[in-house]
Amino acid sequence: MSARTPGARLPYPVVLTLLAAALGAAATAGIGAGSVALAAGDVWGIVAHRVVPALVEPTWPRVRETIVMDVRAPRVLLCGVAGAGLSVCGMALQALVRNPLADPMLLGVSSGASVGAVLVLVLNVSLFGAFSLPLAAFAGALAALCLVYSLARSGGRMTTVRLVLAGVATAEVLSAIAGYLIVTSGDPRKAESAMRWMLGGFGGTTWDLVPIPAAAVLLGTVALLGVSRPLNLLLAGEEAAASMGLNVHRFRAWLFVLVALVIGAVVAVSGAIGFVGLMLPHVVRLLAGADHRRALPAAALLGAAFLITADLAARTLIAPEEIPVGILTALVGGPFFLWLMRRKAAR
Amino acid sequence: MTPAELLIEDVRVVAAGRDLVLDARLRVSPGEVVALAGPNGAGKSTLLRTLYRARRPTSGRVLLDGEDVWRMGGRRLARRLAAVPQEPPGDFELTVYEVAAMGRSPYKRAFQGDDAGDREIIMAALEALGVSALARAPFDRLSGGEKQRVLIARALAQRTGTLVLDEPTNHLDLRHQLDALRLVRELGVTAVIALHDLNLAAAFCDRICVMDAGRVVADGPPAQVLTPALLAEVYQVDAELTVHPRTGLPQLSVLPGPAGRTAARASHDPLRPPGPGGRTAASHDPLGPSGPGGRSAP
Repeated sequence: MSARTPGARLPYPVVLTLLAAALGAAATAGIGAGSVALAAGDVWGIVAHRVVPALVEPTWPRVRETIVMDVRAPRVLLCGVAGAGLSVCGMALQALVRNPLADPMLLGVSSGASVGAVLVLVLNVSLFGAFSLPLAAFAGALAALCLVYSLARSGGRMTTVRLVLAGVATAEVLSAIAGYLIVTSGDPRKAESAMRWMLGGFGGTTWDLVPIPAAAVLLGTVALLGVSRPLNLLLAGEEAAASMGLNVHRFRAWLFVLVALVIGAVVAVSGAIGFVGLMLPHVVRLLAGADHRRALPAAALLGAAFLITADLAARTLIAPEEIPVGILTALVGGPFFLWLMRRKAAR
Repeated sequence: MTPAELLIEDVRVVAAGRDLVLDARLRVSPGEVVALAGPNGAGKSTLLRTLYRARRPTSGRVLLDGEDVWRMGGRRLARRLAAVPQEPPGDFELTVYEVAAMGRSPYKRAFQGDDAGDREIIMAALEALGVSALARAPFDRLSGGEKQRVLIARALAQRTGTLVLDEPTNHLDLRHQLDALRLVRELGVTAVIALHDLNLAAAFCDRICVMDAGRVVADGPPAQVLTPALLAEVYQVDAELTVHPRTGLPQLSVLPGPAGRTAARASHDPLRPPGPGGRTAASHDPLGPSGPGGRSAP
């Protein structure tokens, strides 16, 4: 295998190992850092003790265990889940629209999910219990994705300009709708919840927020891995994909639903976080190549590590205040997007 | 890899109220290589698309060994018929090897990797097109001709008995035009090839099928199809046909200017002495492998 991969690339197992190590380091730092700082050894001791109590003798004060297990661990885990979800969905969207400038936020998918989630909160719907919020976010995401796709496509062709314009316009309108809904809702903490939905954030994460997005991202990633060959075929173009046995229309519809499900589940807990799904797939392609069989697992690991790190920065840079994590990802991602556009234009 | 019989039955394709293909009928016997010719917009690519399931015919059927390709399922068809469509490749950094490896997809289930047999097939296909040395190179940095050869290799990696190629010689230099067509010939597969170069078509194909305005207007062995009358009608060009002294193949020379006005134009061109009948020999010869005899008018 190694003889047939580009010489410039590291061997794939090495890439995966490095990314897994980066994820481990990010998670350790994420749990350890904060108003009460914990050493890496303590972090791992507490987690190991909680998983297999006999393994490690507790030598730490009880309050530290509470901080780790009830406050920081769920937040770091949710960040990892959201980062992985955004990253793999970004990669799938880029294959879907055959354009490397696609991203859940840029295409309005995240904003659509925000509108759905905010609607549920404002109208106080609880028809489906704990699933009301993610389901509404899913519906919003799916509607936005279909809208942008049909706007961007004319006469069977889709140009980058049309795609980005349709995405940005849709995202703006949907964000405005979400903002309006919050402001007119009578929510006593309007400003705070608006910030969370529009700019993204993981403040106040508890364990009960984790299972639904974790399941959605895990299943979504596995499902995408299962269709990594068809995803590759999409890169070859619609006609070529059809000639190699792919039912392009059916597969595309299926991908729409899958991406909307994952993004809906993520946005329902984190708000709209931009650029994660844009940047990380590119970095991954440089590291592991564009073949989705290799790129998707790497994208999940890198996305998780990246968002845990970004969230760590968001809550420590100006502690005790928190920066919405979406501001940080945009600060990094915006310039990246411009660089990518220039590079693409130069070719 | 058994060559199949391909039958196009009254295929009609309508788009936006316009007939792109109308009552197309064509039978390609197992192992036969047929060129599809005709002016731009004649409907060649559209007709080919109906063969590899990229465009469903509005009416009519496409049968592969008697089976409707639109009823057999994409993967099943892709194991029996491979295509090289005309389509700009995307903007992603796939390697040449990865592009060719896509050809194995129709044989694979979800989560199934490439085994040693697949890798051998992929490398053999790249080798056959002379691009195996580029296996690790990024596909989007290749020249147009190299890309085209990789796409043909991808179709070969599908290991099918039937090939559909839409202008496979585009971007290829003379030698690689010959190599690519010779390769298709030597595979012994059934092949339908859209070709603009009629001399190449005459040299490598058993039959030439000419389309014009969505219809098949001629179909037969090159020597019968390529007549000045047909070329004047379909392409609106003046052409002369000779038999090449060394290959014995029909040899086509297109004369400058639209049909019927060549004589008038020839008198305005002081650089070219008028030939027999006041006509000049082709100043621009679009024909590939014409050899020394190709450029001189008799």
